[in-house]
Amino acid sequence: MSTELIAWPRAPESSVPFVERLHGWVTTVDHKRLGLMYILYAMVFLLIGGIEALIMRIQLAVPHNNFVSPQVFNRLFTMHGTTMIFFVIMPLVFGFANYLVPLMIGARDMAFPRLNAFSFWLTAFGGILLYFSWLGANGLYGAGNAPDVGWFAYAPLTSRTFSVGHSTDYWTLSLLVSGFGSIGAAINIIATTLCLRSPGMTLGKMPLFAWLNLVMAGLVILAISPLSAAQIMLVIDRYLGGHFFDTQAGGSAVIWMHFFWVFGHPEVYVLVLPAFGIASEIIPVFSRKAIFGYPIMVAATVAIGFISMSVWAHHMFTVGMSSNANTFFVLSTMAIAVPTGIKIFNWLATMWGGKIEFKAPMLFCTAFLFQFLIAGLTGIMQGAAPFDWHLANSYFVIAHFHYVIVGGILFTFFAAFYYWFPKVTGRMYNETLAKLHFWLFFIGFHLTFDFMHIPGLLGMPRRIYTYEPGRGWETWNLIVTIGVVFQALGILVFIVNLLWSYFKGKTAGNDPWDAWTLEWSTSSPPPAYNFAVTPSVKSRRPLWDLKHPEDPDWRYE
Amino acid sequence: MQDVYSSKRMLRPALKVLSTLFCLSTTSVADSPTFSSPTNIFAPASTPAHSIFGLNLFVLAITGAIFVTVFSLLAYAVVKFRKRADDDGREPAQVYGSNQVEVAWTVIPILIVVVLFMATARVIAYVQMAMPENAMQVVAVGHQFWWEYRYPGANVVTANELHVPVSDPAHPTPTFIKLLSADTDHSFWVPRLAGKTDLIPNRTNTTWIDPQQVGLYLGQCAQYCGTQHAKMLLRVYVQSRSDFDRWIQEQSQPAHVSDTASEGRRIFESIGCMNCHAVAGTAADGRFGPDLTHLMSRDTIASGIAPNTHEKLRQWIQDPSTLKPGARMPAMGLDEPELNAVTAYVETLR
Amino acid sequence: MSAAIITMPEPEVQWTLPSRGRVAMFSLIAAESAIFSIFVVAYLFYLGKSLSGPTPKEILRVPIVFTICLLSSSITIHLAVRSLQSGKLGAFTRWWFLTFALGAAFLAGTAIEWRHLIYDEGFTIQTNLFGTTYFSLVGLHAFHVLMGLMALFTVWLLTLLGNVKREHAERVDVLALYWHFVDSVWVVVFLVVYVIGR
Ligand code: HEA
Ligand code: HEA
Ligand code: HEC
Ligand code: CUA
Ligand SMILES: [Cu+2]
Repeated sequence: MSTELIAWPRAPESSVPFVERLHGWVTTVDHKRLGLMYILYAMVFLLIGGIEALIMRIQLAVPHNNFVSPQVFNRLFTMHGTTMIFFVIMPLVFGFANYLVPLMIGARDMAFPRLNAFSFWLTAFGGILLYFSWLGANGLYGAGNAPDVGWFAYAPLTSRTFSVGHSTDYWTLSLLVSGFGSIGAAINIIATTLCLRSPGMTLGKMPLFAWLNLVMAGLVILAISPLSAAQIMLVIDRYLGGHFFDTQAGGSAVIWMHFFWVFGHPEVYVLVLPAFGIASEIIPVFSRKAIFGYPIMVAATVAIGFISMSVWAHHMFTVGMSSNANTFFVLSTMAIAVPTGIKIFNWLATMWGGKIEFKAPMLFCTAFLFQFLIAGLTGIMQGAAPFDWHLANSYFVIAHFHYVIVGGILFTFFAAFYYWFPKVTGRMYNETLAKLHFWLFFIGFHLTFDFMHIPGLLGMPRRIYTYEPGRGWETWNLIVTIGVVFQALGILVFIVNLLWSYFKGKTAGNDPWDAWTLEWSTSSPPPAYNFAVTPSVKSRRPLWDLKHPEDPDWRYE
Repeated sequence: MQDVYSSKRMLRPALKVLSTLFCLSTTSVADSPTFSSPTNIFAPASTPAHSIFGLNLFVLAITGAIFVTVFSLLAYAVVKFRKRADDDGREPAQVYGSNQVEVAWTVIPILIVVVLFMATARVIAYVQMAMPENAMQVVAVGHQFWWEYRYPGANVVTANELHVPVSDPAHPTPTFIKLLSADTDHSFWVPRLAGKTDLIPNRTNTTWIDPQQVGLYLGQCAQYCGTQHAKMLLRVYVQSRSDFDRWIQEQSQPAHVSDTASEGRRIFESIGCMNCHAVAGTAADGRFGPDLTHLMSRDTIASGIAPNTHEKLRQWIQDPSTLKPGARMPAMGLDEPELNAVTAYVETLR
Repeated sequence: MSAAIITMPEPEVQWTLPSRGRVAMFSLIAAESAIFSIFVVAYLFYLGKSLSGPTPKEILRVPIVFTICLLSSSITIHLAVRSLQSGKLGAFTRWWFLTFALGAAFLAGTAIEWRHLIYDEGFTIQTNLFGTTYFSLVGLHAFHVLMGLMALFTVWLLTLLGNVKREHAERVDVLALYWHFVDSVWVVVFLVVYVIGR
């Protein structure tokens, strides 16, 4: 794919020389272009991270396989995890927020367009830095290239003693840089949603997608900052000879775990909240009903935000915490089920009594509901600390979080791709290909991640490059690997669909879904200034009011 | 130890009601050949594993029930409320919310969470606080990529194969394990005996087991610790009391140093093996690698990755990375006669 | 449908939204507070855990004078902003410069303290856990003071060039918020390092 994903409305782009156009994109401060750049960037890394996963799965398909060496395997899962979290889902989150939030709240751009561009380029640079390690990290020792410490990089593996060469430096610097980018982007989202809403759009009337991104941004501020702090400490240890995580000088390995998970747990809700936001936009439109219990949805989101700050140590049930600490973190972890359950039930209630149309976006959202339910319940099992003494660091955990991240987040983002594709490009995607994509990916997902739970229950730890035969893991691992092939096919179909539809798709019009939020009121693709006249709104569904003047929403809210 | 069994009795009625269905399905599945695994967490053989197992069934039953309920609602909605072919094109009735149902689906999950929490808190308190009295003490030290075991009472140091006595429920003889690390984080996980506990440098963790059947229990390191994390296997030999006592007795002796392999011994003590390995009763007292005093009493070498046969031993000493790439023992560059001599020497260490 | 289809009755209440400058600055301050909290936690956690000397009690001297400098700069910057709001450019320039000077004095104080520790006491970031946490925490704060000073200095230059007017009071006020934050962090650092930590 090239960078020209969207036809820019006014300028006849094709007549402008390529270098000029490229220059236009590189120097842009427009929220829509930056949004698309984030998304494109995430797509490239999704392929890279996916290929890494594929290689790992080939290695694990049969016991005692020799497809890759242990050193390479350890780099693969570190790079896969880091890439997928920081350079796939995070940019997707910021990309969609960037593109959609100003349009949904009737604003012309983000609050700080130049900060916005700066944040994007920081994130972009972080990803490139991480991958440059394959070339640059060898150093004098003939030491390893890409980082191989795992995505949570527990001390003391990251110390100079155990990680010679520069691979860990690339890891930490890359996350530091992209972390600053994320903080910048989050500040921008907060300022935009709080300060640029169009007249009449009180916080109680803001679309849920914007709300969830607001809470997400708040969590980024409070979560990424501790990560940055911990990375600064690691840099001090590695470059200046500090002892923060130096167990030989009396330092503690456990404090790194605390610092990391104080970031790491809120981070997973940073990833999932925008996905919730997408579901909260798509499910109502395709069920033809208003979202059920809007105020409660907002309250539940804020509650999730708060509770998620106090559960981090459920990743540390096996490090030998006191039984009181374990008990506390069991309670806070399980408490999250309540607001999350409220959300699930409200989505169900939105579908209840509606006229559901299973276009591709709705298919993906329905699958999300189903899969997120299972993933949440496996989360609860892990939240029961004694159960987790078995499950921690086993393939069950791997299955749990891929269930959330792939089955929950990636599915909703696919839905978002299809839902907003007509708005962004002005053309309709191909529904047949989209359904093919759905079914391939759905089957692949379930083959891979359903069966991945079982070896976990049978004692298979994660991060092992090979395993012994005779432990009852062989069959399951083979099925899991086969599933990935279907996923890859699904993603190929997805890409073909995007490309084909971009050039050949039917013209979509401004409002193909008969939807209700402000972005559908402007042309497709939206002009650089977004709205010719600043819209003013009276309810949560301004376009519903407009289409049903006899029965507008503001009577009931 | 007394309340071990009483607490289990108290948990049981609740379990029976809620999880009969689940019990049936898991146990039958667990016995079927595809699921039979020496490391199955649903085949507990020691008290901590048993009490965790009880909780597991309870949690699985509750989450299973939630799944069935919510999934049924979803399936019903998907089937019942899809847009019909003969749709009249009118919008359905708009419902904005309902306080009663919102309260209902807030309060019911809260109650479920409270129940789950209380059951969990019980088991945590039980497993973590019931530190068995008059237990046998073992110190386990995690190394990159092997296990060191010390029996402080008996002055025994060995590696990779942990021996413990069987614990008869009537007269329990549990084993209390102190977990330390010499380098990076590791985790001690023998699924049939207990949940996992990490070994962290600069920190002392503990766990305990009281296996009720004689036999070999498998597991492996469960915390990523470096290149060969995958091949840091755990083997726990549960022996009858008399077999165990005999084993301890043998292990506490210094090495039987015979003259048949004096050439190998000379090489062993001159080229550097002894910098890393100890052989009690000789000059070798290195602590970086496994204690080799009774090497030949072990079934496997290099933490369970290869059988302790002449060929494998020889291959290992020639170049460990052919068996375990990334292992912390270097290839010592021995020529054929030296290799044979050294192998012969270590083979006398029984 | 055209690009502007929404013609709703004007909302009854006047539509005012918070200032984006202030919102952004408060968000930034929240992020910075989180970073500082982690360093403070590390400092407190490692108190007395060093395997070798020296200990804080042996070598740290309480920097009272410089602390007074930094804290009073919060007052002067407040007065500067007030002056600008009421259009008194001359007073603004003077208060602003005084703020800068007080901040610079504080930074010089940190430099002197570090010089003493490193050259006279031979105490560095590598010495022990205390050294690592001390230099990191105090250094992180000094770095923020430095950033603040650079911003203060830029504004001062712009003022001298005649580019700062009354209508910029809002922006200058946002910058002042940052400076207040840097000051209040020092209160925390001071308490942790020189009071509790000794
Ligand atoms: C976006 C990602 C995401 C999300 C949303 C979640 C959601 C949850 N996660 Fe997950 N988790 C991860 C991503 C995520 N997780 C990742 C990446 C890891 C591993 C990191 C690593 O080690 O590499 C992890 C690991 C992880 C662990 C640590 C395991 C270990 O390493 O030992 C635990 C333990 O408690 C846990 C629990 C939970 C819980 C309780 C939820 C809850 O939020 C789920 C709540 C939802 C529901 C419960 C379902 C709906 C609710 C109802 C229908 C109401 C009724 C239900 C009840 C009353 C129970 N997760
Ligand atoms: C956003 C998060 C995310 C996503 C989307 C994924 C997606 C996938 N993950 Fe990943 N995973 C993590 C986050 C994620 N993962 C994390 C955080 C870890 C922990 C790391 C650690 O332990 O440190 C992990 C670890 C992890 C492991 C465990 C490794 C180990 O512990 O040893 C495995 C093993 O199977 C795995 C598999 C997969 C698979 C099969 C997919 C699939 O869904 C991927 C599907 C995608 C594709 C298959 C790509 C399609 C490619 C093409 C179509 C290419 C064709 C085109 C060209 C050639 C140009 N993942
Ligand atoms: C630099 C340190 C070092 C040196 C030198 C060294 N070893 Fe080792 N040795 C190790 C380590 C570490 C292990 C454990 C490797 C593992 O399992 O990952 C080991 C394992 C072994 C084992 C298997 C022990 C067991 O219990 O499974 C044998 C046998 C052995 N070494 C013999 C030798 C001989 C013979 C020499 C000399 C020719 C030698 N070693 C030199 C570090 C060393
Ligand atoms: Cu030791 Cu993994
Ligand atoms: Cu978590």
